[in-house]
Amino acid sequence: MTLNAEWAARWLVAAGDVCDRDRAYLSELDRLIGDGDHGENLARGFGAVRGQLLSSPGGETPAELFRTAAHTLISTVGGASGPLYGTALMRAAEALQGRSVLDTQGVVDLIGAAAEGIAARGGAEAGDKTMLDAWLAAQAEAQAVQVAGGSVEEVIEAAARGAAAGAEATEPMVAKRGRASYLGERSRGHRDPGAASSALLLEAAAAAVRS
Amino acid sequence: MKKLMNDPRAVTEQAVAGFVRAHGARLRRVGTGYGVARAEPLLPGTVAVIGGGGSGHEPLHVGFVGSGALAGAVPGEIFSAPTPESILEVVQATHAGAGVLFVVGNYSGDRFNFELAAERCIALGIPARLVVVSDDVGLGSLIPADRRRGIAGMLVALKILGAAAERGDDLETLVDIGERINTNLASMGVGLRAGTSPLADVASFDLGEDEMEVGIGIHGELGRDRVPRGRADEIAELLLTEILAELGATPADTLLVFVNGMGGTPPGELALFFDSVARDLEGRGYVIGRSLVGAYVTALDMQGVSVSIARLDPELLSLWDAPVDTPVLRAP
Repeated sequence: MTLNAEWAARWLVAAGDVCDRDRAYLSELDRLIGDGDHGENLARGFGAVRGQLLSSPGGETPAELFRTAAHTLISTVGGASGPLYGTALMRAAEALQGRSVLDTQGVVDLIGAAAEGIAARGGAEAGDKTMLDAWLAAQAEAQAVQVAGGSVEEVIEAAARGAAAGAEATEPMVAKRGRASYLGERSRGHRDPGAASSALLLEAAAAAVRS
Repeated sequence: MKKLMNDPRAVTEQAVAGFVRAHGARLRRVGTGYGVARAEPLLPGTVAVIGGGGSGHEPLHVGFVGSGALAGAVPGEIFSAPTPESILEVVQATHAGAGVLFVVGNYSGDRFNFELAAERCIALGIPARLVVVSDDVGLGSLIPADRRRGIAGMLVALKILGAAAERGDDLETLVDIGERINTNLASMGVGLRAGTSPLADVASFDLGEDEMEVGIGIHGELGRDRVPRGRADEIAELLLTEILAELGATPADTLLVFVNGMGGTPPGELALFFDSVARDLEGRGYVIGRSLVGAYVTALDMQGVSVSIARLDPELLSLWDAPVDTPVLRAP
């Protein structure tokens, strides 16, 4: 399918479903190295985004949908992940302003702007064991497939694959940001919950193209 | 777990409601969140100093709303930062034309939400800045200095900044004073028993009868080490050694010494512990310039204590001594 406003809406609705489905998994990851509410917080926030989209179309372009979702996430998720995901979608909306359909470059721009927003808000760097690690891996993988001449479906699949690998790669890392960083070495061996939820969200983006 | 509550999910709402009812002449609710503001408006042209962060640390921040301290407080859910919307509601209800200063602890959630709120204030034409307090030295070398948590020292920062705002200091001056306080402030605590959240059935960590957790935070997170439980004098010595080394304090300094209870330690034990702290400091040749003892920055019902020491220059000392009139902190 084309990556237009309809796709963006389908993705964001699916994100709500995914956060509901994997709420316990995300909270369990968070309980091990954080405060155990990541699944609850995301289910509440993306549930609110889904609720809005099911009652009104939300916009003409992906950018408009992302902007509205960003505001909803910031006002409903709370904690650190609300502002991080909100800023990611806000930056993505700015980068995609005026484009009604995303081509392969559009997908790369979306992921890159989201990663930049997360880095700017959170102050994290690659390897700090945060959600940024999933987004940077997604960006690298998507860019590689785009440069190699992949289709828009292949580029977004690559982003999802990259994010999953990036989330897995956080397991041996020692956390340098967020509550997990207070554990020092004891944070090693656990997957970062924010990286895990980022991978789930990008998998939902790819699935929304397939469906 | 036995707690005085109705619905675990309504604990924050009902605690804020009760606090405001109990201090109705001084406080008012604002907006749709848990925000609280002074009953009386600020003098026009003074900066509104606003404190906020997750709940569960009562009487922080609602207990320190009043003249000479906070203009307003923005509690979030238990141990979870408030949203930018609820922060903005308190800004709108308190600001008096000279901007707002947010005083928050150094936590990702608090920083991000207050930074977003500050960006929105600025877009609305209201100057806004943050002072981020990072007084906890309890995690030692586990984390770099810029990642240190804000714990009981947040009270010292907001009292001094509130006094500076009351005398008419502008926003930039307040930011400078805030940075000066943070540099001259160090705290560290020990936990004897972890607290229990109303939403959980179990304590946030388990400690044996003969153990204590050194370097605890105020959210039930683990500290740096678990060691055999010491006598009060031994705990005082352990905390003071690290705090004084961190501050580089000398006997010529004017020190504010603040012994803070974590919520589950009774006032008598805190007084006993302050005696241990005072004897230890005197033994090292230090002079206690000012003191404060009580449960002001808590972690639900955790048993334990923290010590904060601030090195006060003459200006910071006069701001600490300035009149304050809040539900919890009052001085003529």
